[in-house]
Amino acid sequence: MFDLNKIRNDFPILGTQVYNKPLIYADNAASTQKPQQVIDSFVDVYSNHYANIHRGVHHLSQKATALYEGAREIVKNFINAKKVEEIVFVRGTTEGINLVASSYLEPLLKPGDEILISEMEHHSNIIPWQLIAERTDAKLKIIPLLASGDLDMAALPELINPGVKLVAVSHMSNSLGTINDIESIIQQAHALEIPVLVDGAQSIAHMKVDIQALDCDFFVFSGHKIYGPAGIGALYAKEKFLKKMRPYQGGGDMILNVSFDKTEYNEIPYKFEAGTPNIEGAIAMGAALDYISGIGISAIAEYEQQLLDYATERFSAIDGLRIIGTARKKGSIISFVLEGVHPHDVGTIMDMEGVAVRTGHHCTQPVMDCFNIPATTRVSLSFYNTLEEVDAIAKAIAKVKELMG
Amino acid sequence: MSELRELYQEVILDHNKNPRNFKKLEPHSHHANGHNPLCGDKLELFIEVADETIRDIAFVGSGCAISTSSASLMTQFLKGKTIQETRHLFEYFHDLVTGKELGEGELEELGKLAVFAGVQEFPARVKCASLSWHTFMNALDAKDETAATE
Repeated sequence: MFDLNKIRNDFPILGTQVYNKPLIYADNAASTQKPQQVIDSFVDVYSNHYANIHRGVHHLSQKATALYEGAREIVKNFINAKKVEEIVFVRGTTEGINLVASSYLEPLLKPGDEILISEMEHHSNIIPWQLIAERTDAKLKIIPLLASGDLDMAALPELINPGVKLVAVSHMSNSLGTINDIESIIQQAHALEIPVLVDGAQSIAHMKVDIQALDCDFFVFSGHKIYGPAGIGALYAKEKFLKKMRPYQGGGDMILNVSFDKTEYNEIPYKFEAGTPNIEGAIAMGAALDYISGIGISAIAEYEQQLLDYATERFSAIDGLRIIGTARKKGSIISFVLEGVHPHDVGTIMDMEGVAVRTGHHCTQPVMDCFNIPATTRVSLSFYNTLEEVDAIAKAIAKVKELMG
Repeated sequence: MSELRELYQEVILDHNKNPRNFKKLEPHSHHANGHNPLCGDKLELFIEVADETIRDIAFVGSGCAISTSSASLMTQFLKGKTIQETRHLFEYFHDLVTGKELGEGELEELGKLAVFAGVQEFPARVKCASLSWHTFMNALDAKDETAATE
């Protein structure tokens, strides 16, 4: 049920002030704020249920294990995956991608093989592939970015060839807001039996993700971008891959039997969860996902589109403001440049008005290079932002122009 | 808002709009690049030194108002001074922008550069203000590497 007032009351930090002005938090693409339900989850675990998981015979250990594995079930249901064995808890999107690169792809690569990514990727979906390409003499190929902020889908048929061993692509761009047609990308890749990894860091919180419908082979996201804690995330991977993949990190819990002669690895997904995990983080991320399910991701997506439309309208009307990323399908992210004013100065002045935005290259330097700009100012909205806040943001931008002449 | 006015003073806004000594310098005896990868501030510094004196100094680049005006005011300040006179200025300037206590004499020596005192209220902008100075020190030491304020 979408009740904006109730929602805003659920998030304590939204009631705070910065420089004696109400906080307007417009940096959700970087990280999201936490509802009381997630805060309470930590308090509850630490107060009543905490112990190490999986090994203990005592009551608390069993309780904690049930909650941790319960969170895994929540993740599976949230993204509509088929089996809990296909959900691996990781530190976040970045670790998830590194895991796939190291455990799945690197062992398969031969010199001259190709890894296909796009020009709009976040550095976390570029560097892991660069690193293994270097080590294996494989080649990184790039789906180009168009001036609209869309990927050049027309270039795909030529780029997707039998030499490609993996396609890794963003579901929603963190710097442009573009929502990619990953259904089509997956279809084309699968026609040649090429697996696809989808970077869901942004999309998970802003649109429905249905793993079975998408049929992607790998999907990654982070807890802290879906109103949960940092230091936890999930990697979805098809069972057939996880079973064959070599371990990522070695240590306790990812084994069945250890001896110096031979060690037997644990079943999936535990094979990929070495050491004590972020127990409380996983449980709290489950609480966050439940919170979002309670409101309904479709209702959230619909409201955020309203915010996006209104903000686009207001910002477009500002003289000298150019929006970077004007794809037809976008999430509630607006990157812009203001004529004659460097984003750094824009951000500082907006900050003094209580408006939190991000300035810089947003970990997407290739995107900046493509548009021939050093940086943008990025407004990224979530379902707890209001239309009035959008008005205030527009006012803050006007203040920038006033001060910087 | 008054803090903002402290940071974006008339002088700074002026030097951002009309940076002084904004050009490439040929010939030059010293050269260095400066780059702040976090925000994209870039600059190239040229110095012509003769008889231990900075005969001419200029820069080109693109960046935020703080980094541009800092470079502009720096080149204006340094022109005509001896190398001897200028080496310690980097320390003074850095202390100024990071809010450290400055002695009377030190503040006086900084002269017009004291206009950057406001940066201390904005720790995120210290690197912007000091990029040109890092680049200057690199140029002097002829390190031939790109100065970076990471």
